[in-house]
Amino acid sequence: MAAAAHETQPATQHATTTGIDNRKVMMWIFLASECLFFGALISTYLIFKGDSLVGPYPKEILNIPVTSTSTFVLLMSSLTMVLAVYGAQHGRLGMMKVMLLATILLGLGFLGFQAYEFTEFVHEGLGLTTNQFGTSFFVLTGFHGTHVAVGVLYLLSLLVASNRRTGLGRDRALHIDIAGLYWHFVDVVWIVIFTIIYLIPN
Amino acid sequence: MGGSRPGRMIAIIASLVVTGVVTFLIYLAFAESLDAVRQPMTTFVPKSDNAELVHGVYKLIFWLAGAVFVGIMALTLAFSLMYRERPGQEARQFHGNSRLEVVWTLIPVLLVVAMAVPTFSTMSVLTKPAPEGALQVIAIGHQWWWEFQYPELGITTANELHLPVNRPVSVTLKSVDVIHSFWVPQLSGKIDNVPGHENHLWFTPTEARAEPYLAQCAEFCGLSHANMRFRVFVSETPAFETWAKAVKTDRVAPSADLAKAGEQQFTTSGCIACHTVQGNPTAAGKIGPNLTHFASRTTLASGTLDRTPENVRKWLSNPPAVKPGSLMPNLNLSPEALDKLVAYLDGLK
Amino acid sequence: MATAIGVMTHAEEDTGLWSWLTTVDHKRIGAVYTVAGFIFFMIGGLEAVAVRTQLAVPNGTVLDADRYNQFFTMHALTMIFLAIMPMGAGFFNYFIPLQIGARDVAFPRLNALSLWIFLGGGLLLNSSFFLGGAPNGGWFGYAPLSSIEYAKTSGMTFYVVGLLTLGLSTLIASLNFAVTIINMRAPGMSMMRLPVFIWMVLVVAFLLILSLPVLTVGLLQLYFDRVWGTSFFSPATGGDPILWQHIFWIFGHPEVYVLILPSMGIVSEVLPVMSKKPLFGYSAIVFAGAAIGVLGFGVWAHHMFTTGLGPVPQVVFSASTMAIGIPTGIKIFNWLGTMYGGNIRFVTATYFSVAFIALFTIGGISGVMHASPPIDGHHQDSYFVVAHLHYVLFGGAIMGIFAGLFYWFPKMSGRMLDETLGKIGFWIMFVGMNLTFFPMHFLGLAGMPRRIYTYDADLGWDTWNMVATIGSYTIATSVLIFVINVIKTMRKDKDAGDDPWGGATLEWATSSPPPAHDFDVIPEVRDRDPLWYDRDHGIARAAVPEHNHIHMPPPSYFPLIVALGALLIAVGSMTHLSVLGLGAVIAIYGVWGWALEPTD
Repeated sequence: MAAAAHETQPATQHATTTGIDNRKVMMWIFLASECLFFGALISTYLIFKGDSLVGPYPKEILNIPVTSTSTFVLLMSSLTMVLAVYGAQHGRLGMMKVMLLATILLGLGFLGFQAYEFTEFVHEGLGLTTNQFGTSFFVLTGFHGTHVAVGVLYLLSLLVASNRRTGLGRDRALHIDIAGLYWHFVDVVWIVIFTIIYLIPN
Repeated sequence: MGGSRPGRMIAIIASLVVTGVVTFLIYLAFAESLDAVRQPMTTFVPKSDNAELVHGVYKLIFWLAGAVFVGIMALTLAFSLMYRERPGQEARQFHGNSRLEVVWTLIPVLLVVAMAVPTFSTMSVLTKPAPEGALQVIAIGHQWWWEFQYPELGITTANELHLPVNRPVSVTLKSVDVIHSFWVPQLSGKIDNVPGHENHLWFTPTEARAEPYLAQCAEFCGLSHANMRFRVFVSETPAFETWAKAVKTDRVAPSADLAKAGEQQFTTSGCIACHTVQGNPTAAGKIGPNLTHFASRTTLASGTLDRTPENVRKWLSNPPAVKPGSLMPNLNLSPEALDKLVAYLDGLK
Repeated sequence: MATAIGVMTHAEEDTGLWSWLTTVDHKRIGAVYTVAGFIFFMIGGLEAVAVRTQLAVPNGTVLDADRYNQFFTMHALTMIFLAIMPMGAGFFNYFIPLQIGARDVAFPRLNALSLWIFLGGGLLLNSSFFLGGAPNGGWFGYAPLSSIEYAKTSGMTFYVVGLLTLGLSTLIASLNFAVTIINMRAPGMSMMRLPVFIWMVLVVAFLLILSLPVLTVGLLQLYFDRVWGTSFFSPATGGDPILWQHIFWIFGHPEVYVLILPSMGIVSEVLPVMSKKPLFGYSAIVFAGAAIGVLGFGVWAHHMFTTGLGPVPQVVFSASTMAIGIPTGIKIFNWLGTMYGGNIRFVTATYFSVAFIALFTIGGISGVMHASPPIDGHHQDSYFVVAHLHYVLFGGAIMGIFAGLFYWFPKMSGRMLDETLGKIGFWIMFVGMNLTFFPMHFLGLAGMPRRIYTYDADLGWDTWNMVATIGSYTIATSVLIFVINVIKTMRKDKDAGDDPWGGATLEWATSSPPPAHDFDVIPEVRDRDPLWYDRDHGIARAAVPEHNHIHMPPPSYFPLIVALGALLIAVGSMTHLSVLGLGAVIAIYGVWGWALEPTD
């Protein structure tokens, strides 16, 4: 659609060549970069799988029911994110704000589960430097958690900004849409991590 | 002369002549590395079966590379001369030529295939396990010296590897600290000594000779990487067996007073914490080189010094000054202590 | 597109320091990148000269082992990350918008941010010389030599933090360039009408976007190993030093193409213009460049042929490495095809471009030689590889950058560099370059390993080492001549005019130097060589409308604040948590201010 518009009216600085906003194109390319970032971390985890010289070993310590719950929480946050984008695109600001808040709370919930899991592990004797499992587990899930935390801050600042007098301006839908891309990416990465660490038998 | 046919001919001939002369001069300069006497670490004079095999591939690829070099240089030069800007000459406007482009895509393809075939057939030999009956050697990299073990013969020595001629040798490569690389240019290409991994290479030395094959660590391993040298002695089988028998025995107990005092000093100065001298029950350290037959080696300090009493003294009086970063510290030995130790070490034949 | 337009055109043509610190103009940012890169190029060159001086004679005493290791490590890091890449980034910044017919890059403030982070990272890395010792474990930082156990000084921590900082800057810049090229092209500028230089930048941007995150992970792991006591790479506690090598070279090999592709692009711009005919086989050159980029991700383990990979990976990576010689060969033939039948104007830029073809070919040939693992068993870590890589990076990348400097200097400054001095400098550099690096082939074949600070007299290495050292001083002389040329040129009046070379691409369709808004009217592109097409079809440049209000983004100091925050985070990660926290607060404040800053 946008490409057609490009043909009918000569491009000015307002129209982009592809018709997609620059910021959205950048988010897509950035997420490609992020794939390689998590790809390297996940590869490291897989390379060190079974290389721990001392315990605790994964099967002794992973609490699959708890993490399944936290995974469910994060998946739900993707749903609320979709609804927030819908609200933003259709001018239903109340829905957008509520859903943004819900997404933030669900993200915080996931982080809470992660904090609980980390403390439990430390109590059971698995620290960052205990063994190769500890090292690669904490670094991989830690960086994922950091991404969720950054996402929470990102959404929070959008929520705060949307409550200003001027709201999010005429690019409102775009802002929420781009944040949604990031949020869904972080969720999808978690599905991969969850499968590799928790579901595939060790 | 630009547009004219004779002018072009002159340009082409000039380019070929210049390229030819330059290539010939480069070849002359390069031929120097063929001289194993002046350049004892040359890669161009192979003295083992596998090094010979590699050299065969090398020569082929070397000449292919030389041909490409001459071709491209001559073309670049010729076009620079032929199409120099000159009055009356017009640039011909064209965007490409599909047939030509297909041809010059095929040229590199053929070159690559010509390289790949001998490469892979050579690799199939090199990566085979060593033949049965090969002499087993373990080469262990340390910062910054080499430990050589012959597990079947029960020998441990340092920095000087002795091999019999015409018998395959299987070298197991290990490291106790960082990555090192075992490379004896005339006998074999390099393979790294990686801590936590075990690597292997094998070759059959084909020339026994009095002078050693010189070598040194090829992977950057820290402060004294440049000083981590070693030597390989290839001798006839009887001579090798004599050597093996000699180094397997315990140390020759010192008889002279000074040397006896030296053995005492060896214990009191703490040398025993790092060094083994078989037959001297207190000296069983494993961190430094085994010194049982120290005086049978030609060098000390990882091949950086000839083993003369003066050099032994120089080394003992301040090792890090000879080999920066040396794990053997400056023990601040008194001149008397040095005299004793030099005499003792000199007696460890 | 709120980011690219803003309030009215700069009211003031400001020249003060503050205007440079807050600039978001891609030309100013490009100029600072180029100048800073050149200064680092000279620093890295001095380190090289020091290294060569130490090696001039056997058992040299100029540098001790520790200083030598710091110098060769910093020489590589400086040349790669602080000289060649930034000088390339300088050209990217300056000429992407000009060549694609845009008024600025997609994200002008992000552009400023990457510049400031780069400068901070460069200073951080070099400050290590005065803060306990520079990195001394090689630019490849092989584990476990880079671990805290074997590298006790803070040098390798500077390496980790410095590269992370520079990587952040490069990632931001690459995202910006990629979006700009994809999304900001002038009407009619289809992908297959993009100048080859822009194509190469696009490939480079994607190489970096996809390889930097892998290096980032490796560096973070190394940081955790060094600072928090994990053991990703320490074999004693279950780690694996080979993992570092894979991670490093998955980044490191694409990085080589990051260094060389821009110069290939520059040469593909200069040769057609000076030959006065279109580039031979445009599509082949573009696809070959893209193929090099794609294949570049599948060859990393050829840096590891001697680490005991086993036969199957050796064969696979050997084959892929040989295969990359094919697109490279295609490019060389296409440049020769461009010269063929031309009426070549031999200015200094042409000399550098033709030298690029010849010297890069030598580096390419030796590169294909050690694609063969048995041969690599001899070449790896010997001076042969040093010769090879310098033919690619000096004979290739640097020669291309000099071609670009001579070609584009008139556009950037409005003044023509002195051709006589330029040609003298070229010949001195050409001779010096070959004197320095060609003998290294012989040294490698004579068994001389890399990275040794000393060698014995009886190995037959002395003659060629002395020749190489003389060559390095020759190169230094030629660089000095270039600096003199620039100083001399900057003192004369503007004499270049809009289009001194009869160029084909859009940057020559505006004044030299261009106005802040680049083009009075965004040009319409009708051909791959738009200006030649317009010339041959008698199409005049579009008239400037009477009321030409062009909206340009306002200056901003937030990039500087965010960069300061990032730098403090980097420093804090090496010193104290409080510094890190302060940096984070400053960065968050900067990002917040940035987001709320009115741009229209």
